[in-house]
Amino acid sequence: MTDDILIEAKHLWKRFGDKVAVEDVSLQIRAGEVYGLMGPDGAGKSTVIRLLCGAYAQDEGEVFLSGRRLTSEPDNARANLGYLSQRFSLYSDLTVLENLRFFAEVRGISGEDWRQRAQETLEFVDMAEFSNRKAGALSGGMKQKLGLAAAMIHQPEILLLDEPSSGVDPVTRQAFWRLLVRLLQGGVAALLSTPYMDEAMRCNRVGFMSEGRILLEGEPQDLTKYLEGRLLRVRGESIRAIARIAREIPSVESVQPFGDRIHLRIAAGTERQVIKEVQKAVDNAGLHATSIRSASPDLEDVFVDLLEQ
Amino acid sequence: MVNIRLQSIIRKEFIQIIRDPRTLMLVILIPIMQLLMMGYAATTDVRNVPLAIFDQDRGMEARALLDAYRAADYFHLAYDVDSLDEILSLIDRGDAKAGLIIPPDYNQQIAGKGTAQIAFVLDGSDPTIAATSLSAAQLIAQAHATEVMAERLARTGQGAAALTPLEVRTQVWYNPDMLSSYFMVPGVIGMILYSITSILTATAVVRERERGTIEQLIVTPIRSWELIVGKILPYAVLALINTVEVLALGSWLFGVPIRSGLGLVMLTSGLFLLTGLGIGLLVSTVANTQQEATLISFTTLLPSIFLSGFFFPVEAMPRVLQWIAVVIPLKYYLTIIRSLLIKGVGVDSLYTEILALAIFGVSFILLAAMRLQKRLD
Amino acid sequence: MVSDQDDVVVISEGLTKRFGDFTAVDNVSFRIRAGEVLGYLGPNGSGKTTTIRMLLGLLLPSAGQSQVLGFDSVDEAEDIRQRVGYMSQKFALYDELTSFENLTFYAGVYGIRDPDELTATINLLGLENIQNERASDLPLGWRQRLALATAIVHKPTILFLDEPTSGVDPGARRDFWDLIYELAESGVTILVTTHYMDEAEYCTRVGFMRRGRLMAVGTPTELKESEVAGAVWRVHCTPLLASLDFLETLPIVRNVSLSGNHLRAITEEKSSAQNLEQALDAAGLRDVHIQETAPTLEDVFLSLAGN
Repeated sequence: MTDDILIEAKHLWKRFGDKVAVEDVSLQIRAGEVYGLMGPDGAGKSTVIRLLCGAYAQDEGEVFLSGRRLTSEPDNARANLGYLSQRFSLYSDLTVLENLRFFAEVRGISGEDWRQRAQETLEFVDMAEFSNRKAGALSGGMKQKLGLAAAMIHQPEILLLDEPSSGVDPVTRQAFWRLLVRLLQGGVAALLSTPYMDEAMRCNRVGFMSEGRILLEGEPQDLTKYLEGRLLRVRGESIRAIARIAREIPSVESVQPFGDRIHLRIAAGTERQVIKEVQKAVDNAGLHATSIRSASPDLEDVFVDLLEQ
Repeated sequence: MVNIRLQSIIRKEFIQIIRDPRTLMLVILIPIMQLLMMGYAATTDVRNVPLAIFDQDRGMEARALLDAYRAADYFHLAYDVDSLDEILSLIDRGDAKAGLIIPPDYNQQIAGKGTAQIAFVLDGSDPTIAATSLSAAQLIAQAHATEVMAERLARTGQGAAALTPLEVRTQVWYNPDMLSSYFMVPGVIGMILYSITSILTATAVVRERERGTIEQLIVTPIRSWELIVGKILPYAVLALINTVEVLALGSWLFGVPIRSGLGLVMLTSGLFLLTGLGIGLLVSTVANTQQEATLISFTTLLPSIFLSGFFFPVEAMPRVLQWIAVVIPLKYYLTIIRSLLIKGVGVDSLYTEILALAIFGVSFILLAAMRLQKRLD
Repeated sequence: MVSDQDDVVVISEGLTKRFGDFTAVDNVSFRIRAGEVLGYLGPNGSGKTTTIRMLLGLLLPSAGQSQVLGFDSVDEAEDIRQRVGYMSQKFALYDELTSFENLTFYAGVYGIRDPDELTATINLLGLENIQNERASDLPLGWRQRLALATAIVHKPTILFLDEPTSGVDPGARRDFWDLIYELAESGVTILVTTHYMDEAEYCTRVGFMRRGRLMAVGTPTELKESEVAGAVWRVHCTPLLASLDFLETLPIVRNVSLSGNHLRAITEEKSSAQNLEQALDAAGLRDVHIQETAPTLEDVFLSLAGN
């Protein structure tokens, strides 16, 4: 184990009654790294994050934060932790500054220290001009940034972010990622959960979760490799009718519809042959395919493929 | 006329009521609890007041007097003591509420021509018990004195007729035993009808708003009146079931009669329900959460209970409160239900109250219907 | 206001909604033609839901007007409501009721009592096996399907779907879009809102909403061509943030954004990979590797928001 592993989970298990919410999950996240946890609602992403910050107690396994065991020295382990929960958990009737003061003081930042920290943090998230506005009156993106500010007011080296950019616009997400990258360069380790495949692409490593387990883990570029050469993109008129025909072709493993095109998943090395087959079937049906060519897979294709297995 | 939309709403509402067993249990159990509490615990009847006896005479006549006290069930002859101090300490401790002291020469005085004096001391800290015990103690003693006098006169050969020049013959109508349960049970019916209809209706509508289902209902072709009727009808039925429940329990446990007949009682209760349902609907147009709805309904419940004559007669209240009581629908219903159950009067003597209830009910529902538009803003 | 084309089924003209001094929807105009799948794209709070609510007469507009199927949204809301289906963000289901009871309820509210129509809807959405399960026990993906079923049980000609795929896993999302196409093919016009950029790619036309304003409407391809004039590049180089700051100062770069371990730059049409490479090298940045890539709708959004 190298020294710069800041977040470490070893064989975590969590059950709620009969339901296994987290099944044998292990993670290692280093300083300067952001790890993306992907998966559908109910896959166990939030539960993993809550286990990591100690909001839930695991049934089995161990959590180490900055090398400290969470169960044996919870206060020390959590001293360097910032957590942003999925729901906006700040006080709507307090101002931005009052919220930050509260979160600073519960972190043990005392006296006048909090004021300077709050100022620095607000400047960092580019919100200094809003310090006296009530949190409830902020826009969605602003609330999210304030949430992040509250999570990092004590300058933690670990950030746990539960769906930090769910429902915010790409401009705000862009601003959020710029902040996050700055923090990562400063040596922070971050774990975030996300429903967006394109956001997962931005992480150093991603893990696919389903039914409590991490099915697959790796660097985004590597994960899509096994589908390389196994996707065809078809355009034509009418695309729905073409999709129906494509489903009948045995060498086509699956058909995914998009607005004006469909994706076909095929076996590796069969590309040329399948393109011919599809072309022929479409022609025989009296339809017209304007283009059939290979497409590069993205994380969503990988995910759908995994879930279908 | 068969209206599918209305049927759907009503059926759905009933399913929801049945599938929420906890609320349903509460709705069924709360009236029973309230009835038991109001009927037994909140009673103003004075019975079995613990009495300490210091009988210094212990003769025949003294025993006869004590028998007279024993016979009336106002007192429970709990302690037989040997000194005044003992009486004092029993009352101090609250073990006895009153003490009866019979002097040593009691027998002698009765047998002779003198006047025997007995002493009755009592704990005045609870004025209700004190006042009732005091008058009961006097009445019992006087009745016994009359008996003694009659015997005395009979012995000397004179008739009892010339005994007293004036006698008041009291007669208590409708409730000859002056049982407070006769007064309380109709009150409980009124309170339950009001609280169940207003709180349940309000939360049932607000729940749809909280879950976002109201939005879906608005975009359907359903009419406002269908929504309102479909929403309130199930709760009206529930409240009427409660009425029957309380009436049956009242008659079984407390012997409360239904002198004007069940039909009339249910009819006027149905009329009163409109008010509760209307207020519930009105509350639902104001409240955003179920918690708010419950609190607001509850806030309207308190003045209703205190200003309606539930516990205290409206006539005895300050003038200002009496004016306010004019707009308390429960007041009219209590008058009606008490008259129908206890007095056995007909509709003809209750026209004003019935008219008042009809006006309240219809205007609350109309007001709510106007506010409950098929729109979100 | 008369529709100049026979196949226009929704017209919104200058629709505006203010709540106090907050303008939730600001002067929004668009048309939907029969058979279209119009995607309404924007973040939470950008005014998507408010627009739909005004179209359906759930909210009164502060200004502007709208027609659905030729009926005025304010005065003839009831005529609209009989003919359209609406699936709200919250999935308006009654938790205490089973799937079948929920469906029967909404059918009844639309005055439908023919069991064959119910069966048809159940079969269309594949709800056969969950008919007797309470709505509260259903996983999100099934709730979503059931909510769709309740919205189409009366066979509407237009369907309004408000964030139907929020929180649902990618597999279920694609299946759901499959259903949307199936409905569209059977002649139903669909307006669907989403905050997933990738879902917008599935729509025949897309409208971009931001802070109450409709920034642009068009087919995905049209929008990429019109809004992302120029080329899109994947730029790998170190250090990342310094490169980002540097590219922002370059005149040929219209927009640059962070994209995980690399940058995404949109440049003027004429510029080439060489231009960029030279500039970055000259600035002393290392490991420069540049690759041209296709624009996405997110690029469109960022570029629209930047203007």
